[in-house]
Amino acid sequence: MSTVPLATIAHARSGDKGNHANVGVIAYTPAGYEFLGRYLTESRLAQYLLPLRPRQIERFEMPGILAYNFLLFDILVGGASRSLRTDSQGKILSAALLEMPIPEPPNVQEMLPPEKSHE
Amino acid sequence: MPVIRVGNGAGFWGDNLDAPRLLAECGRLDYLTLEYLAELTLSILAHQRSRNPQAGFVSDFLTVLESLAPVLAVQPQLKIVTNAGGMAPQTCARQASAILSKAGLGETLVAAASGDDIFPHLDELIGSGESFMNFDSGLALGDARSQIASANAYLGAGGIVTALSQEARVIITGRIADASLTVGPAIHEFGWSWTDWNSLAAATVAGHLIECGAQVTGGMFSGWTAGLSLDNLGYPVAEISDAGQVVITKPPMTGGIVSTETVTEQLVYEIGDPAHYLTPDVDADFSQMHLAQIGPDRVEVSGAKGNPAPPRYKVSMAYCDGFMAAGTLVVCGDQAAVKARACGELILSRLRTAGVNLARTHIECLGTGDTLPGIWKRNNDALEVVLRVGVHDPSRAAVERFVREFSPLVGSGPPGVTGYTGPRPSPYPVFAYWPTTIARERVAPVVEVHTAADWATTQET
Repeated sequence: MSTVPLATIAHARSGDKGNHANVGVIAYTPAGYEFLGRYLTESRLAQYLLPLRPRQIERFEMPGILAYNFLLFDILVGGASRSLRTDSQGKILSAALLEMPIPEPPNVQEMLPPEKSHE
Repeated sequence: MPVIRVGNGAGFWGDNLDAPRLLAECGRLDYLTLEYLAELTLSILAHQRSRNPQAGFVSDFLTVLESLAPVLAVQPQLKIVTNAGGMAPQTCARQASAILSKAGLGETLVAAASGDDIFPHLDELIGSGESFMNFDSGLALGDARSQIASANAYLGAGGIVTALSQEARVIITGRIADASLTVGPAIHEFGWSWTDWNSLAAATVAGHLIECGAQVTGGMFSGWTAGLSLDNLGYPVAEISDAGQVVITKPPMTGGIVSTETVTEQLVYEIGDPAHYLTPDVDADFSQMHLAQIGPDRVEVSGAKGNPAPPRYKVSMAYCDGFMAAGTLVVCGDQAAVKARACGELILSRLRTAGVNLARTHIECLGTGDTLPGIWKRNNDALEVVLRVGVHDPSRAAVERFVREFSPLVGSGPPGVTGYTGPRPSPYPVFAYWPTTIARERVAPVVEVHTAADWATTQET
């Protein structure tokens, strides 16, 4: 099965909430949102993020903006104040998530980003 | 239809010092907000105030205000709302007023909004039944009580509305919810009721979107390419109508971009359950929102719903938790990754030999995939690797001993070690986060308004 990085069909942003982090994953198109709804489940994300040992993952839907918000509980090993990691605040979790391999959807052409207006 | 333009020129303490002036000069603003307080900023400010009674607020604001004084002089409509007051809104107001007076703006009405600092009353509050349980961990305050360094309630927009009703033009607050910096002006301008939940939610979304400054105008954007100019980056402006319509934009002829994509990314930034974005003003529901590109760098934001504000204020406490430091070296050449890891282990083993056993340590070999080990593809072939070692210990002396171990490795470690010039890393006190809540009625917001000329001559109490 051929895979593509999640970044092919979505963009994202992450940040900290104490010792928790959140990542919002935003599909570029409704077809992508529909695919992510089926594929990007809490358990799949937990599997991908296993090395970082989140205690729990919870997914929330924001259909009007084609986004799924993931709360990653206790993933920051102390957070802004106590973490010894370079990325103490989870700023790069979004970049990491966008590298996640996903099975290439047959209708991937319907999920690609629109032309970038600033290019 | 009446519309106000609220621009935010600072997203955190340490943000670009020129941005507020540039935004005010070309943003056609009614209000300029400046947001400086992260979750733990107040504990750092409390620490500074303990060493210097004239400190305890975000001093960047004074530099910024000096640059804004000429703009205030020529834009009579412009008002400034900021949480730069930190632990010491009155001290900040006094020093800000000295700057305004010196610039010929002594008649300006300056407000200090406080009451968020509950630390002085902590024992009394515990006695009256507040348990201050940590809402993340579920732990009781217990033994941590003696280590608490600061305790601040997140107040809402009320103090700002009071100050504006007394015609204050520069409003300096302590801890309030970030979005309330925007909600306050909207309530004042449009006379919204405190139970007009949908309008309060709309203004809260606007505040949430602009509170981090350039993060909504192209900063941090996943769609970054080298073709997206972030030079002369425009800081954000929220247009808010009396009917609760919101448009996010930025001044013309500035760098960056405001698109549905940049706004969506900021909408999801640091939120939990989107159906319950809680502030002291409203329980806002972001879950059914829509965005529309209605022009170049103009995005309409709609669909926020409001529910009654939560019965308790969130409280951010910080407790003293020892000392931390992190240092780096650069390791180059053949086997750079292996050598870097060996250097990290060597630092810790030499400390153990010297009798220093640190409570927590963390070694990262940056360039090999170590920022997120197990997530990034491992790269052991780099010819240059940054070794970073971080430590945490209750003893300052132990951490001070640790920071001395980096330079010696240049001559007493493997070959190819460099990057040791510059000052040693400094150990710093750790203020750990203790999120909790308090009943609203136990907190009393206080607003004080004087002319700058009067503030500048008042004495510390």
